[in-house]
Amino acid sequence: MMSSRSAVSPAGPVERADPPSPLSSAGIIFDGDRDGPFGAARLLFRRFATLSLVELQKLRHDRVELYTRAVQPALWLLVFGVTFSRIHAIPTGSVPYLDYLAPGILAQSALFISIFYGIQIIWDRDAGVLAKLMVTPTPRTALVAGKAFAAGVRALIQVAVVLLLAALLGVGLTANPLKLVGAAVAVLLGAAFFSCLSIVIAGLVLSRDRLMGIGQAIMMPMFFASNALYPVSIMPSWVRVVSYLNPLSYLVDALRGLLIGTHGHLVLDFAVLTGSAVLTIIVASALLGRLAR
Amino acid sequence: MSIEQSVRAPSSASSGDPPAPPALAVRGLTYRFGGHTAVDAVDLDLAAGEILGLLGPNGAGKTTAIRAVVTLLRPAAGSVRVFGMDAVRYPIRARRLIGYVPQMLSADSGLTGRENVALFAGLFDVPRRQRRARVNEALAAMGLTDVADRLARTYSGGMVRRLELAQALVNAPRLLILDEPTVGLDPIARDSVWAHVHRLRAEQAIAVLLTTHYMEEADALCDRVALMHTGRVRVTGVPDELKAAIGARTSLEDVFRHHTGDALEGGGGGDFRDVQQIRRVASRAG
Repeated sequence: MMSSRSAVSPAGPVERADPPSPLSSAGIIFDGDRDGPFGAARLLFRRFATLSLVELQKLRHDRVELYTRAVQPALWLLVFGVTFSRIHAIPTGSVPYLDYLAPGILAQSALFISIFYGIQIIWDRDAGVLAKLMVTPTPRTALVAGKAFAAGVRALIQVAVVLLLAALLGVGLTANPLKLVGAAVAVLLGAAFFSCLSIVIAGLVLSRDRLMGIGQAIMMPMFFASNALYPVSIMPSWVRVVSYLNPLSYLVDALRGLLIGTHGHLVLDFAVLTGSAVLTIIVASALLGRLAR
Repeated sequence: MSIEQSVRAPSSASSGDPPAPPALAVRGLTYRFGGHTAVDAVDLDLAAGEILGLLGPNGAGKTTAIRAVVTLLRPAAGSVRVFGMDAVRYPIRARRLIGYVPQMLSADSGLTGRENVALFAGLFDVPRRQRRARVNEALAAMGLTDVADRLARTYSGGMVRRLELAQALVNAPRLLILDEPTVGLDPIARDSVWAHVHRLRAEQAIAVLLTTHYMEEADALCDRVALMHTGRVRVTGVPDELKAAIGARTSLEDVFRHHTGDALEGGGGGDFRDVQQIRRVASRAG
């Protein structure tokens, strides 16, 4: 049924740069409209800023959720991390295992908090909020990017809690503010990718339950087939391939390089993270019309 | 604002000025879900300062038609012009003229009333310096000043509906589109919504397109009605004239029956009973 629907009407209204308004001759001036090559980019950025601000307001009204969400990654570090560093089973070279693991858990918390973010879009859809937003002069990419930003901020707050805990456990973290900012950017990008991936799934399956199922199904493989818990070098070769295709690995690599000072591939990491975030934002925006139907 | 001032003149002015474009001109609007034609070659006209009610039972295609008009759905055929602007080709531009309240009660429950309205002021580029005043005005106009800083999830149904109207109005839209604005509201909230809509029309010459299946309500409150059935507009006109045309002491329901005739009196009478049932459910929900 879905496919027959989309066969008739493949996409929502196409949003293109607007022409000079026939209404401007009637004395109606559109504030904020700057037609021309930069008009679309300007509009996108303004809307992104507005929507991001609103996401921060929402966060302010609902802080409890953030703290309870930090429990799970904290336990990973405390229970799994502390135990495994006693076994000395995982070859991490000169780096203590807990130090090696900490960035992996930071990346994991970004993944776990973001991978179900598409549920927010389905809620917004079910509540009619999405349709209302889509009838404002707002590019769909800005709506998606606003959600991605929200996921990023939530991930950042959680990461800060875990980072604090890691420091208390004696993990040797950098104190270089530039590197910390770099790590924050990496977390934002990673969360943007995971949350938009989630919105893409939401746009395809159109239901909360199915999104939950798929989210569960991909979350753990993404986590285990990455370099979060152990070095890629000890993986069977086919898992290694998955790990190289997995953006989570690049997030972990970037965080390790910035926070612990292991040898990273920062340029590649940030290129992959930025590219995958942008790509999923574009795909998710294209699927938003399906959700509004 | 200059927008409001420049619009005062109704488009029906019979002077020698070049005629202003109508608030809404829909021609041959068609939308299909798969093989099912939900909206079938619908024409609608709406002048500034006019209230047009789109009437019909559930499943008649009212909501789908509205969603195509507000640029949420891309029509399979036909044109939608909002004050002369081609809304199919230039949806972003057309949206600036439209205030839309969907059928569902849909304010963001995680934000306060004020934040909900401020968000829409931002999304419609209300100038930053005017924003606070315009948000306050919109809240005051809907009688929400006292509760503006409470989270919207604490609002009653009627309050959410008024909040949605405030959101839709903060942009000073020229065309207000309301999908079943009073469904699920108690009679007092319903009267209040209608009072607000009429005041907007009187004060700002705003054009209003709304859908409803409350026939009596439409009869009393709309300037013109378009009766829709199985995707088509069967008849459009002033309620009193439509009634007079089929006889004395008739109601809009009779008009509806008259124009959709066989479908209702024959075997396919389910549609109208459907409406009655929905009405009961709606009043219970309210």
